[in-house]
Amino acid sequence: MDITIHASFLPHDDPEASLAFYRDILGFEVRGDVGRGTMRWITVGPAGQPGTSILLAPPATDPGVTDDERRTIAEMMAKGTYGWILLAAKDLDGTFERLQAGGAEVVQEPVEQPYGIRDCAFRDPAGNLIRIQELR
Amino acid sequence: MSSAQPAAQRLRDLAWLRRVRDRIDREYAQPLDVEALARGAHMSAGHLSREFKLAYGESPYSYLMTRRIERAMALLRRGDLSVTEVCFAVGCASLGTFSTRFTELAGMPPGTYRSQAARATAGMPPCVAKQVTRPVRNREARVPGRS
Repeated sequence: MDITIHASFLPHDDPEASLAFYRDILGFEVRGDVGRGTMRWITVGPAGQPGTSILLAPPATDPGVTDDERRTIAEMMAKGTYGWILLAAKDLDGTFERLQAGGAEVVQEPVEQPYGIRDCAFRDPAGNLIRIQELR
Repeated sequence: MSSAQPAAQRLRDLAWLRRVRDRIDREYAQPLDVEALARGAHMSAGHLSREFKLAYGESPYSYLMTRRIERAMALLRRGDLSVTEVCFAVGCASLGTFSTRFTELAGMPPGTYRSQAARATAGMPPCVAKQVTRPVRNREARVPGRS
């Protein structure tokens, strides 16, 4: 299989706030940063894994998106029902402690789920849910 | 320009509602009530309940209780805790309220659920178990084959 999962996107509504979260709190490296103002496309990812990135992008930039749709997306981001991503870490408790100490908004402390995994969850500054699963 | 200000305010209000909902997810096992949630968001309890329901389709009290019952179902499936222990573990102070809400969501009283559910998800893949054991919030689920 020659296809890799190269990048996935998460929306931002304040590029500086999102950049600070992914770079300073999560600890990702910044691989690209283009555009200006609110129209910035910032590529981040974990050090040592250059093949997989998250692109932090302004939402609804496709000109085919209507004003109503754009408003709906902005509202869904604000109420926390739009973007989400699933990350994983071997040391879930250490990761949780580090992110909490860094000031990330906790949604769920590490908990053993009845469906066989252990995970925790945070909220990024744009309202995206960042779920982190324990690798075991 | 005239609509920019109200739109920005609306997004800020929605972000506050999101923080309330995240707080319920984070602290459901604490003795939370709508008054405490409203104080944390600098709103009156009535205002919070109305706005939350408009945004999420159910009141904060309903969301909190659903979250508790969801967790209670998981704990009861383990089989090593009594109904009373589970009731308090998920933050409910009243066994009566807990049992009523549990029965509404799970379709049977917690004691019955505890004895039946221990066997129900045995051998089921976790991702399937997660879906089928999740309580239905608005009771909109149809009985299969009767649509």
